[in-house]
Formats: sequence, structure tokens, C-alpha cells
Amino acid sequence: MAAAASSSCTLRGVGAVASAKPRSAAAPAARSARVAAAAKGPARGRLVARNAVAVTPRRMRRPRRLDPSQAALREGLIEEMKSDPTVCVMGEDVGHYGGSYKVTKGLAEMFGDLRVLDTPIAENSFTGMGIGAAMKGLRPIVEGMNMGFLLLAYNQISNNCGMLHYTSGGQFKIPVVIRGPGGVGRQLGAEHSQRLESYFQSIPGLQMVACSTPYNAKGLMKAAIRSENPVVLFEHVLLYNLKEKIPDEEYICCLEVAEMVRPGEHVTILTYSRMRYHVMQAAKTLVNKGYDPEVIDIRSLKPFDLHTIGNSIKKTHRVLIVEECMRTGGIGASLRSAIIDNFWDYLDAPIMCLSSQDVPTPYAGTLEDATVVQPAQIVAAVEQICQ
Amino acid sequence: MLLMRRFETAADSLYKSKLIRGFCHLYDGQEAVAVGMESALTRRDAIITAYRDHCLYLARGGDPVSAFAELMGRAGGCARGKGGSMHFYKRDANFFGGHGIVGAQVPLGCGVAFAQRYRKEGTVTFDLYGDGAANQGQLFEALNMAALWKLPVVLVCENNHYGMGTAEWKASKSPAYYKRGDYVPGLKVDGMDVLAVKQACKFAKEHVLAKGPIILEMDTYRYHGHSMSDPGSTYRTRDEIAGIRQERDPIERVRKLLLAHDFATTQELKDMEKEIRKEVDAAIAKAKESPMPDPSELFTNVYVNDCGLESFGVDRKVVRTVLP
Repeated sequence: MAAAASSSCTLRGVGAVASAKPRSAAAPAARSARVAAAAKGPARGRLVARNAVAVTPRRMRRPRRLDPSQAALREGLIEEMKSDPTVCVMGEDVGHYGGSYKVTKGLAEMFGDLRVLDTPIAENSFTGMGIGAAMKGLRPIVEGMNMGFLLLAYNQISNNCGMLHYTSGGQFKIPVVIRGPGGVGRQLGAEHSQRLESYFQSIPGLQMVACSTPYNAKGLMKAAIRSENPVVLFEHVLLYNLKEKIPDEEYICCLEVAEMVRPGEHVTILTYSRMRYHVMQAAKTLVNKGYDPEVIDIRSLKPFDLHTIGNSIKKTHRVLIVEECMRTGGIGASLRSAIIDNFWDYLDAPIMCLSSQDVPTPYAGTLEDATVVQPAQIVAAVEQICQ
Repeated sequence: MLLMRRFETAADSLYKSKLIRGFCHLYDGQEAVAVGMESALTRRDAIITAYRDHCLYLARGGDPVSAFAELMGRAGGCARGKGGSMHFYKRDANFFGGHGIVGAQVPLGCGVAFAQRYRKEGTVTFDLYGDGAANQGQLFEALNMAALWKLPVVLVCENNHYGMGTAEWKASKSPAYYKRGDYVPGLKVDGMDVLAVKQACKFAKEHVLAKGPIILEMDTYRYHGHSMSDPGSTYRTRDEIAGIRQERDPIERVRKLLLAHDFATTQELKDMEKEIRKEVDAAIAKAKESPMPDPSELFTNVYVNDCGLESFGVDRKVVRTVLP
């Protein structure tokens, strides 16, 4: 993290060709203006620019208790709602029902019905409402009961959420967080097993992150709420009950930074969300077979953290991407293209990408398992790359 | 209204001389709605509309120079040349644009009203849409939510009787748009009479702050076609257009009133028109001087502060996250 970004590595957008302008060239004058402005502004919702080293999760972590993911998300929500009165939640059944996956349980009692708004089933409109409220100065969090339902709100997310800051010449900002569970669950059927990462990735102006552990769920939730840009936070239906010890003290995770899960030497495995667990399972097998995979949870789906990814590729020279979205036009496809554009010279083998099959997710359990990538396939792929 | 009429006429000729490209939707004929509404509101109230937004921008205090510059895609435009005709915004005057997708601005407007209620501002939002957009599902979704939560929003249907090329009776089973609210009351207003519009908007504002949303249907008319690529005569007769111009033109009506009550003489009104013509011509000249946007502008304003969250922890001294 502390190393200066190499000139062939760019963080601007997905798949962008290497640009000559390194990140640190941001005008210092602009920063001090922001510092001065922030000194006057209210406590939260104001970002102050400082130049310091990002603290790694491992050093920071002083585990105190065991939290499932949905509780971690809820904690992040509560902390932000307490510190900034403009943060509000809207979605179906988020209030008195407590949320379909219990992420917003108890919030309506704490913050009232207006701040934790139960909406009718009208995704297009309440997403639009959230965006309009953001234009007027609130910081709404729009929950899609299932990510797949947000397809109904695609127009609002694409045209109004992503583009308004640009088309208004910078006048309006849309600090909205759009979140919800997606991914293939346990036999939920095709329409409830959607992965929308690939649909949203080309919307300009949007940022996308995917959480995978209670620790990064809370951190990313807080960062997304504080960000001035619209952020889509992808959660996964099967990861809500994962337990992990997370710190009591306050922390946030950078939205654009990938997480090093397991350092290694032989191959870089890039993954996100639930596939991280399949990869780690495969990693156990691989270690027994004598391989040393480096596993990175990319977390930031737009923009990619090409800095961390690049450093890893320069070390291992082999890349495997394991993702849950579809093969066609998926995150893996963009990532592969970005890696080829930027790190071609460092590759010793073709980049392999394991994705879900291009089929609607079937109901039958065996077929559903065959749709997504399984650990055995990951092991086979690594063996093939490392030949 | 004269300024708006002159502005739109000038925009028409600029479009024909290819200085304005793309889509250009002109508002002439409908000026009474913009002016009447603005006179009933304060700048703290919000207005949001669709793509026929030039005159709403001017009504909200927008500067004609920046408007022409935006239409011509220059850096001095109100959206820095990056929005175009359909994306005029003025944040300090609570004018929320300027939206290209039919009906998408209706939930946005309800969201603005939600924020006004959340913050207990005591202000209202006027959410404009057309007779074409009145058939959008998201309108009814937003209406339901606005009524449910008593949001301070006035939904204004600017009924100019044609949704692009489709007459209202061909598109809507019930063209009485003010009646479509069901549980939300509606008023039909003569949209060519600026004083009627003003009274209706005043009433609506008071009503909404006390009792929740209301629909105002403005019966108005546009002289131009839907946009500059539409001659406007394939789906309606020239006689119809000329007839409305003769009988219901908003500016003529005010002129007659002023003359009848001796508030002004014919000469004074003529002089006013000349002044405005000069003002608009000067604005166009000034806007033409504005340069094209710098190529680096392609990448600005995609994100706020670019990407990267720079933020403090609880003690406000230690950075917990920064982009390398």
C-alpha cells in the first residue's frame, strides 16, 4: 500500500489503458482547501484529506466478539445513522419486519418510521425517491430485498444515480448506497439467484463493492455511507450467518482496496463474495498438493484495485479469476481485459477465468451446484495453470 | 414570458443553423405555466421537470447566457456543456432539472419532497410531467408513496395534448389527468392564463403543506413540435395551431389585460419587446464567445472528488483508509 503506484497501473475505471498520471499527483491545493472546509463542516459526512498509511486489517484487529455478517452490517448502519442524521434507510419490509434478512432489525424502533422507511413494492420509484432525496442533501440507503428486484430500478440507477453528477456539471451529488443480497442461494430458483454485478458495471459514475466477511461487511457499509459517490454494495444470501470476531473500536474499509486473504507465490487467485470461501477450500487441497496460491478478495468491483492485483501478478505471473457471475460480460471478463492491458508482460500463462454457467439458475440442487464454480474445479484450474 | 418566448425562438434558429445539436424541446406556448408557478413559489421550494426545461431554468433565475452556452455545448454552460438541452439544473435555486427519460423525474421529485419533509423545511416540490408521462407506472407508484407519507409534492401535469406525435385521446383511456389520482385530489387549470396558474399554484402549495399531495393539470399547448426534429404538423393541423395562437396565446392575453386596464401603453410594450430581443441577441453573442470544454472535462465530475475515501477514525487524527 505504501509503495508508489507504478506508471503502468491505473485505478481509473475498469479496463482503462494505463494512463500517465499517477494518483499522488492530485493537486495539494485542492486538498488543503478541503481540509479547511472540513474543519468548518459538521462531524460526519465531511471528508478531510490526509496523507497517511492505510492500516492493514490484521494489525488492527483486536477481536472481541463473534458477529454474524448481518449483525455486522447492522452495526455499521447503526453507527452511521447515529452520527449523521441525514442517513436514512428505505426499502421493503426494512422497518417493522426488520428486513428480510434481518439486517435492519431493531432500527425502526431506534430511529423512527421516517428514517427507516417501509416502502410499498415499487422498486423503480423508491429507488428514484432515494436518489431525489440524495439530490436534496440526504444520504439514503436503498435496500433491494433481493438484488434481482433492482433490475426494475435499472433506469433510475443508471440514468439518474450514476449520471446526474456529470450531466449537472457537478452541481448535484448522489451519496446513495444501494444494497441487497444477491448471488446463488439454496435452490431459490432462477429469478431469485441473480448476480447483477455485470449489469451495473458499465454505468459511469457508480462504484461497486462486494463484501464477504463480517469484518469487511461492516467496514464497507460504513465507507459506502460516507462516500459522496453512489455505491452499490453487493451482499450474498448465503453469507449472512457467517460468524467472525470483529473489533469493538470503529473502523472502515477503503472502498477501492482489495483484501489479501492468503499470500502465496505460485498463482494469483482473484475472487469476491461467496467464491472466496470456495477458493479457500480449494486452497487447502492445493497446499496439501504442494502449491502455494495467493488469494486476493478483490472487494472493489468498480473500480478494480489494480495496484494490489498488479503487485501480486508481478510476483506470481499466473492468474486465475474465480467468480460467481455469468461468464458472458461478467466481472471476470472485464478484470481479465484490464489485466491484459496493464500487466501483459508479467504473465507466464493465459489468464483463466472460472465463472458461473450462462444459464438461468435451475431449481434442482445438483444442477444448481453445477451452475456455480466448485472447489474441485478451482483445484483443477490451478493445476492446469501451474503446469 | 416575453423573454422565454424570445429565447425559444432564438433557440429554434440556432438549431437550424446547427449550433445546437441533438434534441431540443421548445416550450413556446407554455410560458404561462412556468411564470405563473414561479410567481407563486419561493426559491426555497423545489421544481423538477422533464426535458422541456429551458424556460423553467430561466424562470428559476437561470442566466440566458449560460443557457445558450449549454445548448451550444460550451464550457460556460450551466452544466459545463456536458448536459445539453435536456439537462439544465440550478442547485442554488432548487431547480432539479432537466431529465431525459419520460416519467423518471416523478419519483425523483417525490424524493426531493421526502427530504423536505425529513428536514421539516416547510417547503414544497413541484413535480412536472407531461400528458405522455401520465401513463408511466412510476408516476402511480410515486403518487401512492407521496400520499402514504404525506409528502409535500404537487404533481403538475403539463397537458399540451400531444405525447410527441400521439394525441392524448389515442394514448390515454382517461385524458382527465387531474382525476387520475383516485385518493389524491386534482385540479384542472387553464394553463394559458398566467394568473390562473399562479392562483392554482398558491392554493396547491397551501394544500400540500397541510394535507398531502395534489395533482394540478395545466391545460396548455406547445406551438413547436415535440422537438426540433418534429415539424409538429403531421399529427395536428396548422389551423389548430394558428387558432390557439390567436385565441389563447398567454402573452397576448396579458398584453390585452395590460392595455385594457391602462397599466401600459402599446409603445411601452413594444419597447419592452425590443429590449428583450436585444438582451437575447447579446446573450447569444456572449455565449458564442464561450470556448468548447477542455478535453480534460471528459473525465471530471464522473465521481465526486474522484474515487477514494479519505476519512478519519473516531479521534479524527488517524486515517483508517486511503487510496494508494
